[in-house]
Amino acid sequence: MDIGWIAAAAMFLQLAAQCGTPLLFGTLGGILGEKAGNLNLGVEGMMMMGAVTGYYVAAVSGHPVLAALAGGLAGSLGALLYAVITVTLQGNQTVTGLTLTIFGCGIANYIGKGCTSMTLPATIRAFYAPISVPGLSKLPLVGKMLFEQSNFVMLGILLAILIWIYFNKTRAGLNVRMVGENPGAADACGIHVNLVKYLHLLAGGFLCGLGGTYLSVVYITRWQNDLVAGLGWIAVALVIFAIWNPIRAIFGGYLFGALRSIGLVLQNTRMTFLGHEIRLDPQLLDMLPYLMTILVLVLMGVQKKKEYQPPGWLSRSYYREDR
Amino acid sequence: MTDRAAYVQMEGICKTFGVVKANDQVDFSVRKGEIHALLGENGSGKSTLMNMLSGIYMPDSGSINIGGKPCHFHSPKDAIRHGIGMVHQHFKLVDILTAKENITAGMPGSFFIKNKGMTEAIGNIAKKYGLQVQADRKIYNMSVGEKQTVEILKVLYRGADILILDEPTAVLTPQETDALFNILRNMRRENCAIIIITHKLNEVMEISDRVTVLRKGQSIGTVNTSETNAKALTEMMVGRPMSLEIQRPAVTGGADSEPLLDVRDLTIENQEKIKVIQNVSFQVRRGEILGVAGIAGSGQKELCEGIVGLQKVSGKVIFKGEDLAGCKPGNIISKGISMSFIPEDRLGMGLVGGLDIVDNVLLKSYRKTKGLFVDRKQGVSMAESIVRRFDISTPGVHHQVSKLSGGNIQKVLLGREVSLNPSVIITAYPTRGLDIGASYNIYDVLNEEKKKGVGILYIGEDLDVLLELCDRIMVIHQGELMDILPASETTKEQLGLLMLGHRGEGADHV
Amino acid sequence: MFKIIKRPPLAEGRMFVLRILAVVFAIGASMAIIALLGHDPFKVMLEMIRGSVGSAYRIKETINKMVPLLTLSLGVCVAYKMKFWNIGAEGQFYMGAYGAGLVAFNFSHLPSYLLLPAMFAAGVLTGGLWALIPALLKAKWETSETLVTLMLNYVAIRWVTYLQYGPWRDPKAAGLPRMMHFPETADLPKIGSIHIGWIIALFLVIVIYFLIRYSKLGYEITVMGENPRTAEYAGMNTFRILLVAIMISGGICGIAGVIQATGLEHSISPVLSSGLGFTAIITAWLSKLQPVTLVSVSFLFAMMLQGGNYLQSVMKVPSDVAGVIQGVILFFVLGSEFFTQYKIVRDKRQGEETRKVGA
Repeated sequence: MDIGWIAAAAMFLQLAAQCGTPLLFGTLGGILGEKAGNLNLGVEGMMMMGAVTGYYVAAVSGHPVLAALAGGLAGSLGALLYAVITVTLQGNQTVTGLTLTIFGCGIANYIGKGCTSMTLPATIRAFYAPISVPGLSKLPLVGKMLFEQSNFVMLGILLAILIWIYFNKTRAGLNVRMVGENPGAADACGIHVNLVKYLHLLAGGFLCGLGGTYLSVVYITRWQNDLVAGLGWIAVALVIFAIWNPIRAIFGGYLFGALRSIGLVLQNTRMTFLGHEIRLDPQLLDMLPYLMTILVLVLMGVQKKKEYQPPGWLSRSYYREDR
Repeated sequence: MTDRAAYVQMEGICKTFGVVKANDQVDFSVRKGEIHALLGENGSGKSTLMNMLSGIYMPDSGSINIGGKPCHFHSPKDAIRHGIGMVHQHFKLVDILTAKENITAGMPGSFFIKNKGMTEAIGNIAKKYGLQVQADRKIYNMSVGEKQTVEILKVLYRGADILILDEPTAVLTPQETDALFNILRNMRRENCAIIIITHKLNEVMEISDRVTVLRKGQSIGTVNTSETNAKALTEMMVGRPMSLEIQRPAVTGGADSEPLLDVRDLTIENQEKIKVIQNVSFQVRRGEILGVAGIAGSGQKELCEGIVGLQKVSGKVIFKGEDLAGCKPGNIISKGISMSFIPEDRLGMGLVGGLDIVDNVLLKSYRKTKGLFVDRKQGVSMAESIVRRFDISTPGVHHQVSKLSGGNIQKVLLGREVSLNPSVIITAYPTRGLDIGASYNIYDVLNEEKKKGVGILYIGEDLDVLLELCDRIMVIHQGELMDILPASETTKEQLGLLMLGHRGEGADHV
Repeated sequence: MFKIIKRPPLAEGRMFVLRILAVVFAIGASMAIIALLGHDPFKVMLEMIRGSVGSAYRIKETINKMVPLLTLSLGVCVAYKMKFWNIGAEGQFYMGAYGAGLVAFNFSHLPSYLLLPAMFAAGVLTGGLWALIPALLKAKWETSETLVTLMLNYVAIRWVTYLQYGPWRDPKAAGLPRMMHFPETADLPKIGSIHIGWIIALFLVIVIYFLIRYSKLGYEITVMGENPRTAEYAGMNTFRILLVAIMISGGICGIAGVIQATGLEHSISPVLSSGLGFTAIITAWLSKLQPVTLVSVSFLFAMMLQGGNYLQSVMKVPSDVAGVIQGVILFFVLGSEFFTQYKIVRDKRQGEETRKVGA
C-alpha cells in the first residue's frame, strides 16, 4: 500500500505520542517534585509499581478508571517512602531515590510473576481505545498525534497544560517555586515548606504511577519482567531537557518516544545508499534515546541563562533550625 | 525586669543548641514608636533571640508577650500574624523571581494571581514610608540597597508593625545607611516598634533610642542611648574596659623602594564575559598594609583570586620582579613564591571543614615531600607549633576543623598561611563573624607580619577598621579603581562617596 | 506534641549501635513484608541462610557472587569519595568484559600467563575509558554524572547484545544467539574449586585502602571530595585528579567484568552482571566508604543473593525478594542518619501558664 509522505509522517507522530506518553507522565511527575526542591530518582521504581498495580487491578476488576487510580496510588506510595526519608528525616536524596528504584522494581517484578498469565478484559481495552476528536483530528501532520488517540494520551497533554497554568498563574504555584528555589525564604514568608514538598512529591508519584499503568494496561497490554525497561530514567533526564517546563515536557516526551519508535520502524526497512544496502542493527538503534539524552544533558549544561537553571535548592535538604 | 510601656516583652528566654547555650535567661522589651538597638559581639546570642521572636526557633523556656498577650510561635507564620517582620542579614529572597513575587508569596488570597492589585498595594505602602521599588524587576538585577528595600516591603506588606533588622548596614555604603536610617525614622513616626541588631557602636549612638547589650548569651542591661557612650557600651559588650584603638606601626619600606607586588592593568572577566575587574593598577610595598574598600560585589573577591591564580586574568601581576599573571596556584606554590591568601570563605575555600587540623595544615605543603606518600608526621609537628603560637583552643591537632569555634577556625587558617613565611599576605574579611577579642588578635598578628616587612593587602568592610589599621586605602567600584588615599588623610564620607562611584575632586593621591 | 531538636555529636560507638539497630529494624520490616506477600518469614530467613552457607557448594556460590559485588563496590567507593556519583558501574563492568573479549578473541594464540594479564589490562582500560566520558563531561560542562553514567549503562549493555547477535556470535549455537566462548587459555585459574577472583578482589581492597589513606593522590581525592574549591586553592590540579580517580573507579569496575567473564561464564552476555552494578551502590553506601566494612557488607549481600536464588529453586519464592530486602535495609539506614544529628522530644511548652506581665 502506497501512502503519501505526509500521511506516513502523521502516523509516525501518532505512534511517537503513544510511545512518549509514559515518558510524559514520568517527566511531569519529576517536574512536580523538583520544582519543590526534591530530586526523586525513583521514577523507574514508581512507574514499575504503578504498572504492576494498574495491570493487576485491571485484570482482576475489569474497571478501567479504578485500575488507573490504583496505579497512581501505588506510585504515590513509593513517593511517600522517599518523602519521609528525604523531607522529614533529611536523608540523601540521590541514594534514597536509587533505593526506591531498586525496591520498587523488586516488589513490582515479584508481584508481576503472578500477573504474566493474566489477560486484560475487553472492557479495559474498549475504554482506552483511541478516540477521534471530530474536525481537529483531520489537521495535517499533528491531527492524528494530538486528537486521534486514547483518552489516556490526551489526559497527558491536558495535565501538562494544567500544571503549567498552576506554576505560572496561581498563588500556590508561586509558593512552590519559592520552596524549590530557597526554602529559607519561603519559610520566612510563612509557607509550610515540608507540607508543600510532601504534596508535590506525592502528586508526582501519582503521575509516575499513572505513566506505568498506561504502559502496562494501554500500550503493551500484558505484563513482562522489567516492563518499564529504563523509561523512568529517560524521564528523569527529560525533566532537565524540558527545563522544568511542563509544556516543553510534551515536546521532549514525544521526541524521545519518536526515537524509540524509529528502531521499530527502520528495523524492517531496507535502505540503499550509493548502491550499497545499509542494515541497521536494532541494538545499535536502541542506543539512540540514551545517547540523545546524554547530548541533551551536555547542551543544557553549556547554556548559562539564569531562568534555565534548575531550582536553586534542588537536592539540598532544608531544616529550619539549622545553624 | 518588666517594662510597663512595653509592646513586645520577652522574659527569661533560654535556648540551647547541642552543647551551646545561645540564650540564658534573657529579658528584652521594646516599646511602640521606638528604635531599640540590640547590641553584642558575634556569638552573643542576638540573632538567636530575634529568630525566636520571628518564629524561626522556639525557646526552650521563657515567655513572649505582644501587647500584653502571651504568644507561642511555632513557625514564622505565627509571628507574621502577630505583626512581627524580620529583615535578615542574609537576604531571604529568590533571585529569579521579581520583587512583587517575593513580596507577595505565601500570602492568602485568590487562586489566580492578580497582578495589578498587588502592584498598587505595594506602591501605596512604599509611598507611606518613603521607599523606592521597581515591583517587576528581578532580584538578581538589583543592587544590595534595592534588595534590602524589597525585604522591608515584604514585612510591611504583611502588616508588620514590629520590625526586626539583623545587621542591616553590614553591606551598605555610608550614603545608603543614611537613606535607611531616614526610612526607620519614618517608621518610628508611624508608631512601629523597631529592633535593630548590630555590633556597630557609632550606628547605635546615631539612630537608637534605647540599647540592650547581650554578652555570651546573657542580657547585661538596657540603657537610654542619650545617657551612654561608645566606651561604656564596649565595656558592657566585652565585660572589661577595652581600648578600641588599633595600632598602626610605621611602614618599614621607604616610599621609593621596589614594590613587593606590582599589579598593572589587571582585567578579569567572569563567566558571562562581564568585566568584574577593569584595568586596575596598584602596588603593595614592603611592610605596609594596603586596604581595599568597596561595596559587596565590586570585584574584591575576584581581585584576590586573580592575583593568586584562581581566576583568568589579563594584565600583569609582578611579584618581586616576576610576572605571575596566568599562573595557576599550583605553579605559584611550586615556584616557591611565598604569597599567602586568606580567603573570605574560611570553610568553603581556605580550609576543609570535614578534615582535621593536621590535614588542613598540610594543604599547601604536602607536595614538598618526595615520593608517593604524604608525610603526616611533619604535618603533626607543624600543626602543633601553629596551635601553640596562635593559642588555638582545641582538644587536639586531630580535631575536626569545622567543630572549632569561628575565631579558632580563622586562627588555623591565618596560622597556616603565616607559617609559610610569606612575603605578601592577601586577606579578605579576616574578622568577619569574630568577636572583638579575636578580631584584635588578628590585627595584632597582621601588625607583627607588617613589622617583619611583609606586604599586606587587606580587604575589609568596616571602614573604621580600615582607617585605623591600613596605611593606604584603595577603593573599588564596579571593578574599577576609584582612588588610592592615605588613611590618615581621608574620611569615611570620602570613602563612601568613592564606593558609590563618585569620583572626588582634587589631585590624585597615590 | 513532639518537636525535633539538634543533639550533641554522637560518639563513634553510639553511631555504630544506631546503624546496627537500623539494620535490625529493617530485617524486621522485611519479614513483615514477606509475611504480607504470603510466605512464612522465619522459614524464608532460615532457608536463605541455609541456602547461602549451608554446604560447600553453596558457600562457593556465595563467594562467586561476593567477588564481583565487592569489586564493583570498591570501584564505586573510589568515585563516591570524590562525590562523583558514579551510577555507571554496570556499564563499566560490561565494557571491561568487552575489553577482555577483544584481547581474548584477537590474541587467542598467546599462552595463558600472557593472555590473562593482557585481558585484565584491557579490561581496566576499557572500563576506565567508559567512566572517563562522564568525568570529562562533568569537568568541562558540569554535566550531571548521575544521569550520564546511567545512560551509558544502557548503551554498554546494548553494545554487548549487538556483539552477541553480530560480530561475536557463536556460529555453532543453534536457535538463540550466544556469544563465542573464550579460548581455554583465557580461563581464570582456580584454587580448589573457586577461581582466584577473590584473591584479586581482596588485593584490590588493600591497595585502594593504602592509596586513599596514605598516598598523595588519596589525600588529593579526599580534599577534592570534601571541597573542590579548597583543592583548587591549595594548588591541586583538580582536572587531573578527577580524571585519574574516575579512571581508577571505572577500571576497577572493569576488572569485575573481566573476572566474571574469565572466571565464570568464559564468555560475555548482557546478563553477566546480574544487576550487581546497582547493588554495588547500596553496599558502597552502607559501608560508608570504609574498605574493611565493605568486605563484610558485600559478603552479607552475597549471602542474600545466593539465598534468594536458593529460595527460588527450592521454595518457589521469586528471587526478587532479595532486592526487596536490600531496599528496605537501605531505607532504614538512610532514615537512621537523621537520628545521629537530631532527636525527638516532647514539647513541654504545651499548656504551660505564662508569667503575668506587669505586676
